[in-house]
Amino acid sequence: MDSAGQDYGAATGRTPVSEMGTPLDLGYPEGRRAMGRVEGKVAVVTGAARGQGRSHAIRLAEEGADIIAVDVPGDYDTVGYPMGTEAELAETVKNVEALDRRIVATKADVRDLTALRSAVDDGVAQLGRLDIVCANAGICTVQTWDEVTPQVWQDTLDTNLTGVWNTFVAAVPHLIAGGGGTMIATSSTAGIKGLPFLAPYVAAKHGVVGISRSLANELAKHRIRVNTVHPTGVDTPMVAGLGGLDAIIGKEPELGPIFMNTFPVEIVEPRDISNAVLWLASDESRYVTGLELTVDAGNTIR
Amino acid sequence: MGRVEGKVAFITGAARGQGRSHAVRLAQEGADIIAVDLCDQIATVEYPMATPEDLAETVKEVEALDRRIVARQADVRDKAALQAAFDAGVAELGGIDIVLANAGIAPMGAENEDRAAAFRDVVDVNLTGVWNTVEVAVPALVEQGRGGAIVLTSSTAGLKGIGGESGGGLGYTAAKHGVVGLMRGFATNLAKHNIRVNTVHPTGVNTPMIVNEVMERFLAQSEMAGALTNLLPVDMVEPVDISNAILFLVSDEARYVTGVTFPVDAGFTAK
Repeated sequence: MDSAGQDYGAATGRTPVSEMGTPLDLGYPEGRRAMGRVEGKVAVVTGAARGQGRSHAIRLAEEGADIIAVDVPGDYDTVGYPMGTEAELAETVKNVEALDRRIVATKADVRDLTALRSAVDDGVAQLGRLDIVCANAGICTVQTWDEVTPQVWQDTLDTNLTGVWNTFVAAVPHLIAGGGGTMIATSSTAGIKGLPFLAPYVAAKHGVVGISRSLANELAKHRIRVNTVHPTGVDTPMVAGLGGLDAIIGKEPELGPIFMNTFPVEIVEPRDISNAVLWLASDESRYVTGLELTVDAGNTIR
Repeated sequence: MGRVEGKVAFITGAARGQGRSHAVRLAQEGADIIAVDLCDQIATVEYPMATPEDLAETVKEVEALDRRIVARQADVRDKAALQAAFDAGVAELGGIDIVLANAGIAPMGAENEDRAAAFRDVVDVNLTGVWNTVEVAVPALVEQGRGGAIVLTSSTAGLKGIGGESGGGLGYTAAKHGVVGLMRGFATNLAKHNIRVNTVHPTGVNTPMIVNEVMERFLAQSEMAGALTNLLPVDMVEPVDISNAILFLVSDEARYVTGVTFPVDAGFTAK
């Protein structure tokens, strides 16, 4: 057993919440560990205003990371639900600061490489380093193939695929400068299966796997690991905004089962994805790269 | 409050190597352990296998963490013996939550004259042994009704054809691929009971199974030597790296993770 294992063992002696000073009520009653699993690291999280992104920021902060948060691209004409807002991003800031961690939050659009670079560079300048990259920002629209307008196609690919690429491009120089790091791209069960009525989303989420596999090879020599997470439906504003799916499946019920999980659960919580991200972000996974980690209640094994 | 506090884990091949590391790592995070190992030699295996003293050391290390452990010598090929060991552990520790089918052999040596015997032994231990391990535990897991997590130890050789051309090497590759099939079948069938099943796929790990003269000879002679390198700049990983992956998979942090072929391979299979 090497020193990593011994350290984790020592880390189990957590500080009781009552002794932590700041009362916490974030649904994480244990509060922050005395010695976190990503203590002293800095993570950039895109789409951090709410949903999975906020959950990742909080979970990583609970375990000792400082956060560079990016979100608030402004609403899309093609997307039927609103994007993360400045107020929501401010709430993420509040949640992270309540954990006594630092956070640099920037209003930026992952489609805009210049803005994203500036946000990441600024965050690194303030927080001193970069170790963890969560390319999480994404949008989703539901429609049959013949209702995919050129703009829906373009917006989805620009955000969910090019946005991940831009995030990596903005971050990698900082990781190389720091001697290594770990990048986690949020794909989906739609990055593994051909879910119907989501063709642009499915194309982009498959593409995310391609980017990750390629960079896993190219960046290993810099000790940079690249992995993807593949959630099933998660209880977030994005999924809540997909109102049209049930109606479409109602018309084509034979295509319904592909959306079903093997586990007796319809939807998972953001924290379930965050726990997987945390593991991939920590040194516990120091030799894990090129993994497609499903957090999908068995959706893709059916 | 550990990450698997109060859970009980059944671990085969627990006398040394990865199995001992899993036992210690889970105990560090609050689990009690049912440890099983053959602690004896198998004829076609050319490197020394674990001993009763090794198993006693695992017991000592778990107890030093103030966790309980029930250790038994048993052969994963002998389902009745394995069941008896499992039942004794469950009776003493009060249940079962985690099953780690870890026991395995690697009779890759070209010195094995009887190719069929080496093939048979490795498939018996590495595939049928895994089947037996899950079979003895599932009834109790289902009956308890509190779900569970099973991790089967496969290998990079469970995803790629890298075991070499000896009977033992081909058997190793076949058995480790077969473990993936078992995992997928069990994952689908046990989901309704909230039981999750995943495989881990280590690259070379710093254990007595890998670090020995026989394996060194195999690697030196292998025409595939160039292909047997990792992507990340590291020759071999440590047992705790596999244990950390397993810890995540068996903890409630992974409560919706099932059916994953989980490489801990420094990018070996990503190439």
